[in-house]
Amino acid sequence: MTQNLAVLATQHQGQPYSSLMAFVATEDLKDLYVGTSRSTRKYSYLTSESRVSLLIDNRSNRDADLHEAVAVTAIGNAQEMVESDKEQFLPYYLSKHPHLQDFIKAPSCALIRIAVKAYYLVIRFQQVMELHIGS
Amino acid sequence: MKLFLTLDEVSEQYRLKVGGKGYALSVLARNNFNVPLTLCLTTEAYRQYVSATGLRERILLELNRKDFNDMRWEEIWDASLRIRNMFLTTDVPKHLRLNIRNSLAAYFDDKPVVVRSSSVGEDSAQASFAGLHESFVNVRGVDSILDHVRLVWASLWSDAALLYRQEIGLDVGKSLMGVIVQEIVEGDRSGVIFSTDPNNPSQLVIEAVHGLNQGLVDGLVEPDRWQIDRAGKRIVSHTPAQRESLVVSIDVGTRLESLPSELRDRAPLSDDEVIEICDLALMSEDLFGVPQDVEWTIRGGHLMVLQSRPITMIGEAQKEDKKRWYLSLRRSYENLQSLRKRIEEELIPGMERDVRQMAAQDLSLLSDRELVSEIRRRKGISDRWTTIYWEEYIPFAHGVRLFGQFYNDTVRPEDPYEFVRLLGATEMESVERNRLLESMAAILRERDDLRDRLIHGRYLEVGDKFLNLLDQFIVKFGDLSCPTTGVVQCNQTPEGLIRIVLEMASHPPTPGAFATEDLASLIDKYSHRFEGERQLLAMDLLDLARTSYRLRDDDNIKLARIDAQRIMALNEGKRRIENHDGRLPDAELVGEVAVGSYDPEVISPVPLPLEEVRAGYRIKPRQLRGQPAGPGVAKGSARVVMGSSDLLEFKHGEVLVCDAVDPNMTFVVPLASGIVERRGGMLIHGAIIAREYGIPCVTGVTDATKLIRSGDLITLDGFLGIVTIGSPKLP
Repeated sequence: MTQNLAVLATQHQGQPYSSLMAFVATEDLKDLYVGTSRSTRKYSYLTSESRVSLLIDNRSNRDADLHEAVAVTAIGNAQEMVESDKEQFLPYYLSKHPHLQDFIKAPSCALIRIAVKAYYLVIRFQQVMELHIGS
Repeated sequence: MKLFLTLDEVSEQYRLKVGGKGYALSVLARNNFNVPLTLCLTTEAYRQYVSATGLRERILLELNRKDFNDMRWEEIWDASLRIRNMFLTTDVPKHLRLNIRNSLAAYFDDKPVVVRSSSVGEDSAQASFAGLHESFVNVRGVDSILDHVRLVWASLWSDAALLYRQEIGLDVGKSLMGVIVQEIVEGDRSGVIFSTDPNNPSQLVIEAVHGLNQGLVDGLVEPDRWQIDRAGKRIVSHTPAQRESLVVSIDVGTRLESLPSELRDRAPLSDDEVIEICDLALMSEDLFGVPQDVEWTIRGGHLMVLQSRPITMIGEAQKEDKKRWYLSLRRSYENLQSLRKRIEEELIPGMERDVRQMAAQDLSLLSDRELVSEIRRRKGISDRWTTIYWEEYIPFAHGVRLFGQFYNDTVRPEDPYEFVRLLGATEMESVERNRLLESMAAILRERDDLRDRLIHGRYLEVGDKFLNLLDQFIVKFGDLSCPTTGVVQCNQTPEGLIRIVLEMASHPPTPGAFATEDLASLIDKYSHRFEGERQLLAMDLLDLARTSYRLRDDDNIKLARIDAQRIMALNEGKRRIENHDGRLPDAELVGEVAVGSYDPEVISPVPLPLEEVRAGYRIKPRQLRGQPAGPGVAKGSARVVMGSSDLLEFKHGEVLVCDAVDPNMTFVVPLASGIVERRGGMLIHGAIIAREYGIPCVTGVTDATKLIRSGDLITLDGFLGIVTIGSPKLP
């Protein structure tokens, strides 16, 4: 979980929609956090349909990615944090993304918590393991 | 960086660009040794080729299918075969081709040459790649040289080379290969000299043959041997060979020929020449500072050095390593031919004789004491054949490999396993066995009444036709559940067998199960690719490979039959111990039975817990990677088979998941919708039998029997080599 960015997939009326996002994960991997302005498409999509997916990977845009890169797909439910919880959580978020201070602290910026149901880890191109949370 | 360097141009700074062999030759040339005209193709050419064609990543993808340490030798051979085929089917890009062609044409034009590997890092005593990579003698014409350069590049990825680099800790991903192209010197006498005999450091040792060195290096021609005292440069001993043959150049390549009679009584070297070669080797040792293994040849009285490299010391520890032993499986065609003769004419009849002799004995007539010695005797017989199995039958399986390589080199098919189609449809015992099973099932499909009687255990009321087949089956193949993978119990009734036949009968016959391709036309097509002498060689190789392929199965079954006889004697002992009628059982018999029943190979029938549950997490496998070993996609409930009882539970349409498909397990194959095997390889039994039945198969799935449980829904993709566990629906 040392990666900075991940791809968030939301959906609207059956149409998937993906966005590149800064994210943080809690130590126990049960929650992932992303920030977004409330005026974005992804924000409106995830508030109307909370089931989302996030792709985290370590690709380096070289041929070797095919055998070297590791990708994790997370699925879970997204929910916006209320203001007081957001305040409490901010230091942790900023410890990973200090340069996003202005962005995340803006009143129009929502901090989204994604409660992960499961992770799918892909290594060696096609080897897949599942990690189910809370079952 | 230049693509080619002449020996004059090679200096210390280019050592890593031309590889060990090329560098050593340049040092020799600078120091006035007589060496043939040589051009070094640098690692830059290799680098450009694998980069521009995308081969670099294809190779790494192939090698990273699983952890190298988890790969069996057969999987490494498979990976190596596939990589070799990538080189064979990937042309050198046009601009690179033009550059290389121009240099080659300027130096060699249409002269015959040797194309040799010169790999990077091999010029040190710790890492000598002697014999691991390929050389090609008597190659003619620029295009043919380029073709062979690709083969030399490919040999960087041979199974032997992969294992060796792994062992000495070189990064496989960073490997590069230089190549040297050398004018051929048609020596009339050739050989090798070790400047220090590894077995006796105070001496030098020379091996020499008439004709080309290839005969000696490939082990085809027995050499004369001299031991020479280093200090006094005095010949200590000369061991003449049975001089019978020599290797000569022919139009393309080389050929083994009978040695002319006038040369048979003549040693390849005079005493003076022996000393001259010693001087050469000692000078080379001086020059490089470590003992050298020098390849030389004499033409018209002139001594020439073909190559000089540090001597590889083979430690005792390495000899124990099984992977190393497998490398010794690279056998020559001649060697395999004589092995075939011995197996067909002596070993197989010998096994059959032993089984007949043991089966004819009435164990119940023996006293307890006699039974003890009979159990021991049978153990001895079983052990002896097991040793022969490892030492002679398994090396013979190399016949298939030899043919595979030959086929791919000449035909260059897209699918590196196309050659297997020419080997199929041989009358393997297991196919014959499955045919008998199918005939029994066919009777039951038409007669519900017979089926009912069988279900209710009324075996004797099912009619002669069925009973005859059943008898025929048991006489020929014995009790199915008895000799399966290390299981020491035998069932006394044919219940298990009948259960399988009933299961088969409750479903229509497997479509295409016994369909074979038109073998005759495949063979015809193959044979017409060659002409004259090459055609004869091609057909001989095919014949050898077909025998080798067939025996792979037969030997396993025959070995199991021998062990079944040992188990029968053990069971007689057990029976006596259990029914001792109040007498104390014979103590020695009790001991012998206990020892004989212990089998460390028996796999624990309890699968390991595969879902790790801790602190609110549950980890489980979703998709496992293996090798595609039988094309097709299958979906079904998994049946993990660890022992004979699991086999008897096998239901129609299940996916067989096992450690290794033993030939004695194949009777459930017609019921299976797919096969998943932990053991890897394209030519292992499971893969062979799956292809024969047209059943999708994935092999080499690490921990397959631990990660998959009986009853799991699995989908296997035999095209890609992927096994998916569970339904595709998300939780």
